[in-house]
Amino acid sequence: MSAPPIRIEGVATERPEPGTKDVVFDINDLTVSYDGQPAIRGARFEVYRNFVTAIIGPSGCGKSTFIRCLNRMNDLIRGASVEGTILYHGQDLYGRDVDPVEVRKRIGMVFQKPNPFPKSIYDNAAFGPRVLGMTDDLDGRVERALQQAALWDEVKDRLKRSALSLSGGQQQRLCIARCLAVEPDVILMDEPASALDPIATTRIEDLMHELKRDYTIVIVTHNMQQAARVADMTAFFSVDKLEDGARTGVLVEYDATPKIFTQPSDKRTEDYVTGRFG
Amino acid sequence: MRGGRRDVRGAIFRLALLASLGIAFVTLGALLVDVASKGFEFLDPFFFTHPPSTDPHQAGARPAILATLYLGVLLLLFTVPVGVGTAIYLEEYADKNRWYNRLLEVNIQNLAAVPSIVYGILGLAFIVRGLGLGRVVLAGALILTLLVLPTVIIAAREAIRAVPDSIRQAAFALGATRWQVISRQVLPAAIPGIATGSILALSRGIGETAPLIMIGALTYIAFDPTLLGPFSALPVQIYNWTSQPQEDFLKLAATGIIVLLGMLLTLNALAIWLRNRYQRQW
Repeated sequence: MSAPPIRIEGVATERPEPGTKDVVFDINDLTVSYDGQPAIRGARFEVYRNFVTAIIGPSGCGKSTFIRCLNRMNDLIRGASVEGTILYHGQDLYGRDVDPVEVRKRIGMVFQKPNPFPKSIYDNAAFGPRVLGMTDDLDGRVERALQQAALWDEVKDRLKRSALSLSGGQQQRLCIARCLAVEPDVILMDEPASALDPIATTRIEDLMHELKRDYTIVIVTHNMQQAARVADMTAFFSVDKLEDGARTGVLVEYDATPKIFTQPSDKRTEDYVTGRFG
Repeated sequence: MRGGRRDVRGAIFRLALLASLGIAFVTLGALLVDVASKGFEFLDPFFFTHPPSTDPHQAGARPAILATLYLGVLLLLFTVPVGVGTAIYLEEYADKNRWYNRLLEVNIQNLAAVPSIVYGILGLAFIVRGLGLGRVVLAGALILTLLVLPTVIIAAREAIRAVPDSIRQAAFALGATRWQVISRQVLPAAIPGIATGSILALSRGIGETAPLIMIGALTYIAFDPTLLGPFSALPVQIYNWTSQPQEDFLKLAATGIIVLLGMLLTLNALAIWLRNRYQRQW
């Protein structure tokens, strides 16, 4: 059943010099459709290693659809189809011999609503390593992941307690830890703080600053201040009306975050970031 | 504001609802009182340890009770794997746009409503005669399996569907395969619901009489049943006793009803306990 694993050389050992841009995702003419209706049309940009890349835009612009293409979660939706290419470290993510399960091992994901498994805190963090057979020193792996997610000190005395007993913010950090435990290359975050209060949100944002030293992060957010605070690069998606009246998401502008927020080159971006619509 | 008209229609409706409830309660209560008053005379260890007899004072229901227990165990062994497997297929794998999957769904819904005697006829033709199994415990269990399988499938599907999709997504996003997602997340979370449904189906199965009479469960068995031997079952035994003319046999039937009711209520209580114990808030 499973295709040969995708080869990625040197990931996680070499880190780029500051200032160099090492391309992780090269997205080319990406069009995603659900049952033939395009949700995103013709997106094209590059995501760089050890950067936080934010995807912003109004509702319905295909932000979530886009991020779910990067680890092939859209494969799970019937009727979803992807055209164009996404190169991941130079390799086509949607190539014939690529196993989506292998892709998701390397490209982790944190969801909008905290979704811990109805199991203990320990079992949540250990789930990924267990299904991937990374069970050497499982305790150490769980501890490191929880520490990286800034949760260890709060839960180290109650690892056997149910994850559902944690607060929303703690649950979301547990979900991040669960994702880190399998040592991914990239972390995708789909509005990770939208269900959290301001303090929990700040903690998640601080965490992103920490994590980008070791990981590449792509975050979808509808909160522009959040994008401005955490992202190095920002992509602005908007909604276009097609000739037949259907709506589809398009990439309007992609640039360094300060530029997007202070001197955007497209009028639509300017209208959005200054709060005139969306 | 003052002297408002009373809500007469509302009050009448309320009374009508109470009356419906009352009818159910009074009927059930009368039955229970009747059974208890008649049946307690013979409710003693002797009833559980002796085979039936032509003399009501020498008669027990040991073979029938044992056969009912055997039927119950076999029923669980057969229905749970097949029922849960079908439910997993329909919920997690089947493409609902395919005609054969839709046909399967409609069929299962309809099979759940087929009268049990029809299963008896089917069993007589295909299991007792077709497979040449004969009128034995195993054949009875297979027929009851067919009978309750749709119920188990429907209950298991509901339990599996109640596991939120966010759990599946989280597991997939960690690189789990579909089988790992199902076996390590979906099924463990669905087990309480599956167990509850299975127990309720079991209690329906062991209370069934018609299909067993149809395939010829005997009423006078003086020895303990075996898997491939002739058998009676508690409901069949009760049915037989009620058709005897002597007053004492009617009392024996009442005793059998108490025992059967006890088994069914225990099973149902277990199901309710399981459901409450593992009820989960997502």
